[in-house]
Amino acid sequence: MVRLITHNLLACHVKGCTSNNFPLAFKDVQIELREAEMNPDFLRGFLPKIDWNALVGAARELGDTSLPAETPEMIDEEFLQTLHHVLLEIHVEEGTMTCPNCAHVYPISNGIPNMLLAEHEIG
Amino acid sequence: MIPTPDISHLKKSDYEHVYEPAEDTFLLLDALEQDMEQLREIQPLVCLEIGSGSGCVSAFITKILGPSSTLFLCTDINRFAADATRATGKQNKVPLEPVLASLASPLSSRLRRAVDILLFNPPYVPTIPDEADDAQTGAGIQGSWAGGNGGMQITDTFLQTVERLLSTKGRFYLVAVKDNDIPGIRARMLGDYGLKSEITLHRRAGREHLFVLMFHR
Ligand SMILES: C[S@@+](CC[C@H](N)C(=O)[O-])C[C@H]1O[C@@H](n2cnc3c(N)ncnc32)[C@H](O)[C@@H]1O
Repeated sequence: MVRLITHNLLACHVKGCTSNNFPLAFKDVQIELREAEMNPDFLRGFLPKIDWNALVGAARELGDTSLPAETPEMIDEEFLQTLHHVLLEIHVEEGTMTCPNCAHVYPISNGIPNMLLAEHEIG
Repeated sequence: MIPTPDISHLKKSDYEHVYEPAEDTFLLLDALEQDMEQLREIQPLVCLEIGSGSGCVSAFITKILGPSSTLFLCTDINRFAADATRATGKQNKVPLEPVLASLASPLSSRLRRAVDILLFNPPYVPTIPDEADDAQTGAGIQGSWAGGNGGMQITDTFLQTVERLLSTKGRFYLVAVKDNDIPGIRARMLGDYGLKSEITLHRRAGREHLFVLMFHR
């Protein structure tokens, strides 16, 4: 279940790759939409942790353009609905994520991101 | 009473590759249940379990906190464990988010001081260091228990990142055995990182004397 909430927290961690190593770029993705229970308190609480540009960019890569380019000043019900859907209901089941800095490719298979590195890549 | 998660979908053949919930697992569940009220009170947004294996522990805490109030991230180095965690999430209708990774590596830069509940039932059995190294590289069932020197090789690496991950109200639950030198772990965490700790539960199970330690700021 690589949802965008998780994608927003994953950075490349190859030895020496410490800047411009986030967000990872999606490629060749297969996505599934699954409804999830919406919790406004959770969304409001989590909002400050989100890297907004990364989220908007990742959603676009997955073909979803519903988010505003900047976080709105007024957090209303409609915005929370949109945020809920983008963060928690889009599941990337297959595909890859590429580091914008070192171009390391992390595969996603069966909904699970493989972030493991070979021994010589570990910092 | 919080019901133990349903893991009936995991079969004997799965447990050839994935750690089967055992006394250590159940001690951790009991420790979490014992602290249920405090865990709810801190209104956790992020829960991260390292080495989730079957996914039993994360599925359990989801039942304590409710499925929509917290993000439940799980890492493991073993791909069968990540698959099992995903399946256990499905079986129990709780959204577990497995990531194949060692410790918290790919998450640690974005989760700085952001983890409210951190859980680790690590490979804690003392072995020769080579055995632990091979188990880490092989990422198979041996990785569930082979802990190297003093059983602390993997845990010690993780302990270095705990302070950076824990939020101000965060709690870190760690399973350990007597051989791991529990007073030593607690003294190091306090001296090096200023993290206080408590022994929240301990129990003898066969030859093992198991402990759950809880660290906080
Ligand atoms: C004792 S088992 C605990 C499994 C499960 N949490 C439970 O309590 O039943 C330890 C788990 O840690 C995993 N593990 C070992 N080394 C790890 C590492 N470096 N990073 C993440 N997980 C690791 C093993 O694959 C195994 O699933």
